[in-house]
Amino acid sequence: MLTFLFRRLAVAILVAMTVLTLSFMLTRVSGDLAISIAGPNATQADVEAIRIAYGLDRPLVQQYLDWVQRAVRGDFGTSYFFRERVADLIAQRLPITLTLGLVGLSIALLVAIPLGTFAAVREGRWVDRVVMLVALVGQAMPSFWLGLLLMIELGLRLQWLPISGTGSWEHYVMPGIVLAFSAIPALMRLTRSGMIEALSSDYIRTARAKGLSRLSILGKHALRNAAIPVVSIAAVQLGFMLGGSIVIETVFALHGVGFLAWESISKNDFPVVQAVVLVLALIYIALTLFADLLNAALDPRLRGP
Amino acid sequence: MSELTAPPLAASTGTAQPLRSFGFWLGALILGIVAFAALFGPALVPQDPFAQDLSQRLVVPVWMEGGSWAHPLGTDQLGRDYLARLVYGARISLVIGLATVITSGLIGTVLGVLGGFFGGKVDDVVLFAITCRLSIPVVLVALAVVGLMGSSFTLVILVLGLLLWDRFAVVARATTMQVRNLDYVSAAWCAGTSRTSILCREVLPNIATHLAVVATLEMALAILLEAALSFLGLGVPPPLPSWGLMIAEAKDYMFFSPWVIMTPGLALFVLVLGINLLGDGLRDVLGTRDAR
Repeated sequence: MLTFLFRRLAVAILVAMTVLTLSFMLTRVSGDLAISIAGPNATQADVEAIRIAYGLDRPLVQQYLDWVQRAVRGDFGTSYFFRERVADLIAQRLPITLTLGLVGLSIALLVAIPLGTFAAVREGRWVDRVVMLVALVGQAMPSFWLGLLLMIELGLRLQWLPISGTGSWEHYVMPGIVLAFSAIPALMRLTRSGMIEALSSDYIRTARAKGLSRLSILGKHALRNAAIPVVSIAAVQLGFMLGGSIVIETVFALHGVGFLAWESISKNDFPVVQAVVLVLALIYIALTLFADLLNAALDPRLRGP
Repeated sequence: MSELTAPPLAASTGTAQPLRSFGFWLGALILGIVAFAALFGPALVPQDPFAQDLSQRLVVPVWMEGGSWAHPLGTDQLGRDYLARLVYGARISLVIGLATVITSGLIGTVLGVLGGFFGGKVDDVVLFAITCRLSIPVVLVALAVVGLMGSSFTLVILVLGLLLWDRFAVVARATTMQVRNLDYVSAAWCAGTSRTSILCREVLPNIATHLAVVATLEMALAILLEAALSFLGLGVPPPLPSWGLMIAEAKDYMFFSPWVIMTPGLALFVLVLGINLLGDGLRDVLGTRDAR
């Protein structure tokens, strides 16, 4: 188990270093940053001054090494627009994004696991078909459109929920539902197939022969074994939700990390963009590492040779 | 990583469930209608999707009070005919979807096949590349690149194509690894066939069906992503009538006239649903059973 842990950790660190490099390259891809910062009306002298002031006249390798050295210590530089430390900006906004992600994941699990189980138990019957239809609909729905529709219906027409901002838990309900919609199809399908496989296996037959109640069989035996892939997919889906939160946050005006990234992209605020990409990627890496370790702990067969 | 270890290919079941076949044909029908609209629509619909007429702003669709057949789906905030823009937008969605799938399909398949076929160090590198790509927040990176380089039609295709190859690579790799161990490949190897020849004539045709299923799913994803990018203003540039952009432009008026976001939104939803149905149906009609 320990070798597995070390190996996975080593891979995770390598991936993190690669993402560090990629996030740096991302903001240098448009060519001359100084021109973008200076704006369309700048003179050649302005551009030169900016280039020197922001350290953009140094060789690219030196800029990169500087970024790496500071980033591993948590110093992501200063935002051009907000004039604050980027790390502070991200720390302020991250709780909102994380809350949103967790709300979305909770709703998704609450819907997907029961529905998936139900579909598995009644495999082939109309309940199964309806559940699969729900999965299809969830996959095809553009998230931003669903968000707008919910805003009109629940927010404006029925006045049940607030449509923007973050004030109370109610502000997270609609965005959470929209986020959940994107994760439910995958989780539901996985629960369903996992339960179908578990229910047709030997140990379930033994449990039935022993005379255990249906609920006990479902809950204690089948679900526990079907849960293994669901846990890791749930962690991955959370990572996707956090990474994709930018759309939802913009629609519902939630000032999370995604919204910060969008503002910064529109304002060419490169340090922020670079740092947000890195932070979101690191969260995803951490989540998948956690999921893999959890899986390996639950199922020794996954620990590798 | 967990999602990279696909379970072994089930033997061809061959028996497609009737409902799923229905899904396949429904999906094919939807896709066919949209493709027809994209190809011939602009010729059949008389209005120009770019012609503004400020005296005809926000005319309601024909089925509502005050609508007329001159603009069957109404007009947008600049007086441009909605039906014409919708039909033109179909072209944009389909072209972007296809172009992205071809690009990402090429990249992903090459990587996956190389990793699956050669194994060892090559496979380690391919797996590492896939892991890195999965760690990147795709929407954010796409937005950043387009934001920094300026929105354009070809840039969107390029960015999405360079970002959406992961599932192609995973599936290509997994299926190649299984095909590699089959008897006829060993037989060809013993007979002295060159490696390239084995790759082209034994491996590729047998993984093609699985890749076709992935292609439909990735196309749906590409269309949704492009819509999201355009919705945020960093995708296809105006005045091109990308459906996502149409929703964004209509957003300001949606509280007074909700129908403005219904039309492009429904079009997007139906198209993506159709492609997904087609992909699911393809998977069942071809009798393969991959984990999703």
